[in-house]
Amino acid sequence: MKVHEYQAKELLRRYGVPTPRGIVVESPEEARNAATELGGRVVVKAQIHAGGRGKGGGVKLAKSPDEAAELTKSMLGMTLVTHQTGPEGRLVRKVLIEEALNIDKELYLGITLDRRIGMPVLMASSQGGMEIEEVAARDPHAIRREPIDAVLGVQPFQARSVAYALGLTGDAFKKCVDFVGKLMRAYVETDAALAEINPLLVTKEGDVLALDAKMNFDDNALFRHKDIAAMRDLHEEDPLEVEASKFGLNYIKLDGTVGCMVNGAGLAMGTMDIIKLAGGEPANFLDVGGGASAEQVKNAFRIILSDKNVKAILINIFGGIMRGDRIAEGVVSASREIGLPVPVVVRLEGTNVELGKQILKDSGLPLITADGMWDAAQKVVAAAQGR
Amino acid sequence: MAIWADKNTRVIVQGITGREGTFHAIQCRDYGTQVVGGVTPGKGGTTHEGFDVFNTVREAREKAGANCSLIFVPPPFAADAIMESADAGLELIICITEGIPVNDMVKAHDFLKKNNARRVAEGRSPSRLIGPNCPGIMTPGQAKIGIMPGHIHREGPIGIVSRSGTLTYEAVGQLSSRGIGQSTAVGIGGDPLPGTNFIDCLAAFQADPATEAIIMIGEIGGSAEEDAAAFVKANVTKPVVAFIAGQTAPPGRRMGHAGAIISGGQGTAAEKMAALTAAGIHVVKAPSDMGAKLEEVWAGTARGAKGRA
Repeated sequence: MKVHEYQAKELLRRYGVPTPRGIVVESPEEARNAATELGGRVVVKAQIHAGGRGKGGGVKLAKSPDEAAELTKSMLGMTLVTHQTGPEGRLVRKVLIEEALNIDKELYLGITLDRRIGMPVLMASSQGGMEIEEVAARDPHAIRREPIDAVLGVQPFQARSVAYALGLTGDAFKKCVDFVGKLMRAYVETDAALAEINPLLVTKEGDVLALDAKMNFDDNALFRHKDIAAMRDLHEEDPLEVEASKFGLNYIKLDGTVGCMVNGAGLAMGTMDIIKLAGGEPANFLDVGGGASAEQVKNAFRIILSDKNVKAILINIFGGIMRGDRIAEGVVSASREIGLPVPVVVRLEGTNVELGKQILKDSGLPLITADGMWDAAQKVVAAAQGR
Repeated sequence: MAIWADKNTRVIVQGITGREGTFHAIQCRDYGTQVVGGVTPGKGGTTHEGFDVFNTVREAREKAGANCSLIFVPPPFAADAIMESADAGLELIICITEGIPVNDMVKAHDFLKKNNARRVAEGRSPSRLIGPNCPGIMTPGQAKIGIMPGHIHREGPIGIVSRSGTLTYEAVGQLSSRGIGQSTAVGIGGDPLPGTNFIDCLAAFQADPATEAIIMIGEIGGSAEEDAAAFVKANVTKPVVAFIAGQTAPPGRRMGHAGAIISGGQGTAAEKMAALTAAGIHVVKAPSDMGAKLEEVWAGTARGAKGRA
């Protein structure tokens, strides 16, 4: 799960991680008050779940509370397009007003899981403000990597080695060592999947702060972080995906015309791939789960059909322990109830598959049965193209 | 022969009194697997569907002679269940549970590593974790330890290793319908930190005399397939056929499995397919081609030609 910058900073402050003082606002009037409170000279930052906001015009300096109000007015309600939002952009609903600081250095500090070694890894680079993938591609040696034992936490020597790698001395060095320890604690204790401070700011006064903060969280751990789960912003997600999640359906909207309903994540991805190979474009990823009950199939139909680009649907179920006739009954009853405005190709596999196919055939519904994935993919692509 | 699971494997089910645990304990027993009991804390001393229930894994090992655990414990408690089995010295731990927090698995792996080091130093056998978020392990005709449909399998010479459950069934189905059986099929699971990885399985299949060719099924995210490619190039002489799911997956989105995500441009299907191809592995683009390609390359080997005759 992603959160906004202002929420990430709020969480980080709970762990003593220094951030600039800031107030999140939803109107120009609030922005003016916030700027006054913060000393007049502030940065106005659009809050959306995407990076590259600066280049897109979503981060601006205001020299006075009036200018802060003016900038906030222009940002609220604007559709911010960055290289991470796609061409459709994101609507700005909240703005963070933050005190402007005297920048000496902009550095990079990030923590994420290294899957290869099964440990969190601290990444530090003196090239703050740039995306870490870009730095890694250009000069991998510019990134200092410290694997951290999640049970023991950051050891002082590791924090020092990061601060040295960032080229810090004196007061800033000490403050950075302290920052690293606190950030790591925040990462582990909030069950974060990513904590990225880019840039990590060193001020002319020698303070070290999180000028920007991006945090993603492990969805599987949200059950023990009700406060973080409450930070979910549904505006930032596709409405169909939000709707699907209510029914326990794993749905991701894509741009094609062939809707897919599949059991199992791997088979669902494989189904998208084979549709593409057959000359079509998948309209979505959808994992209905192991059961594929009539109720789930019905919900899945409704979600897929809400996407007006969908011209045909492929149902690909490897029955496994669930019997093919049961699944067929589910598909038929869901189809009857929902009505089928587009052709539906069904590929069933598993126990009692012949019986299942007979049930589909006898239903009188415009269901096209298929043998195997390739046959199914060809049939559904032909149907989607009106052939 | 097979790898890791056979007719002598003695299985207990952790979480046996739950809905999933009950259903699958019975399914495994019906297949012929030696299910020697189950563990549910607080229900020790009772019986459930004919299974003896114990309070602890240690007790199950001592009284029922278990050497393998199949875990259906809910996500918040699953890592603890894994560690309990390792502590009790079970050789094989199969965790079906989906949705375990990554941090819990980081700790469980750390525990397993230390526990195994201690056991090996004392001359005892280490524990192997398979999963989590996996269908389990299947040695046709001998042991079904997991949630896969038993009836689609048949005995034979092909080893299968996969990050996806239903794609494993797909591969098994394609082989069985061609009359080609499987030595062992291992679902290593869709999580970012699997207990057993491709390399572990490939090494075991290479060493297993009953395995003549291998299908490996990967997906987007991480670098396990690239690591496996390098391993195959250096160590595996048996033919390997591979499919990578997610060739059309958008970047930055988690495709159902916690581990299936292209992040920062890393972990794409194209990269993985290129690495596998460069290692001499037969990569198929369509999941429907796994069985046919395997048959083709296996028939090209001496034993395969004989097997098909």
